[in-house]
Amino acid sequence: MQVKLDNLAVARGGVTVLRGLDLVLHTGQALILRGPNGSGKTTLLRTLAGLQPAAAGSFDLAPDAVAYAAHADGLKPTLTVAENLRFWASIHGTPDIDPALDALDLATLQHRPAGQLSAGQKRRLGLARLLVTGRPVWLLDEPTVSLDAASVALFAGVVRRHLAGGGIAVIATHVDLGLPEAEVLDLAPYRARISVSNGFDEAFA
Amino acid sequence: MKALLFRDLRLAMRAGGGFGLGLAFFFLLSVLVPLGVGPEGSTLGRIAPGILWVGALLACLLSLDRIFALDFEDGSLEFLATAPIPLEAVVAVKAFAHWLVTGLPLTLIAPGLAVFLNLPPAGYLWLVLSLALGTPALSVIGTFGAALVVGLRRGGLLLSLLVLPLYVPTLILGAEAVRRGAEGMAPATPLALVAAISLGAVALLPFAAAAALRVNLR
Repeated sequence: MQVKLDNLAVARGGVTVLRGLDLVLHTGQALILRGPNGSGKTTLLRTLAGLQPAAAGSFDLAPDAVAYAAHADGLKPTLTVAENLRFWASIHGTPDIDPALDALDLATLQHRPAGQLSAGQKRRLGLARLLVTGRPVWLLDEPTVSLDAASVALFAGVVRRHLAGGGIAVIATHVDLGLPEAEVLDLAPYRARISVSNGFDEAFA
Repeated sequence: MKALLFRDLRLAMRAGGGFGLGLAFFFLLSVLVPLGVGPEGSTLGRIAPGILWVGALLACLLSLDRIFALDFEDGSLEFLATAPIPLEAVVAVKAFAHWLVTGLPLTLIAPGLAVFLNLPPAGYLWLVLSLALGTPALSVIGTFGAALVVGLRRGGLLLSLLVLPLYVPTLILGAEAVRRGAEGMAPATPLALVAAISLGAVALLPFAAAAALRVNLR
């Protein structure tokens, strides 16, 4: 299992934001993306998740290997914690949600409607979804937003177990996750000069 | 896919899910029209097929923008797009769920409401049959429209403008089938055409809607 980026360029709204990305990630490796707001971290993750096409270059990553976690958690407020998680588990064909509930310390909350959770608890539930996908490559966009210090440590442990189990993680974050073994990629050198690419036909792109 | 269907049905039944909105609208329309038009039985009976079909159509329209908008706002649509089930199947399941909470109940209560509108007795069977055959088209076409406007703030108006012209053939043929049935003529031709629209829409539009979703998610 590996993720390979080959001279990849990504664009947001027809404007190239990052270009010339070359890197290879192997099993068990984590990559932390750093860069100021608007530097293209989310765009890069969305491109890798297959939600938008690459502007140039290519990457080698099967769409069915990816679990993507965005700013939004994808929770339904009227469903309970367990119902929310069980839905994603059955979509991905995972039979059991208890390991995911335990890993993010949600077992005691499982019968509460997701709408009544605090922001940090919602986030933990959103991250528990990653575990029930059973997919090897995690693409995480600011996963620690609204988590307290204890939960960040809890989550770092989850990521570390995922890596040890043969996973790969690409994480865009500003806080220190407590993953000293992770590689850090500063996106500033890859920043594309802001210019509207020519010949971009939105309707047929 | 079953999980998605059950989730959508459960969400529709829970508080604020919107189940009953279309039904209540249909009910109010069928009660208010006789009050507005007056108690003359012959006039009411003549306009009943059209009123019932227009009511069913507008009731369907009411809940369309929720099909994808809620999933888009809370991020689940992106997760569904990266999930192992194809987006075409997601669209088809969501259209089916919409029909189950809107089209099917409308079809079932329509005969009861037709009493208010003094529909001639011969028309009841054809009313139920034409709605049963036509409402799937309304749900699928509406799901396609919802996929086109997903991501737009307050896309409801645009959605109505996009979808209403596409609803017109179903409305004309559906109401015509009921009218013919009520007047004792053979309703087979318009019924067959309504069924054809439904089948065509079910077969083709999930693909178009999935393509629209992919573009809108970029």
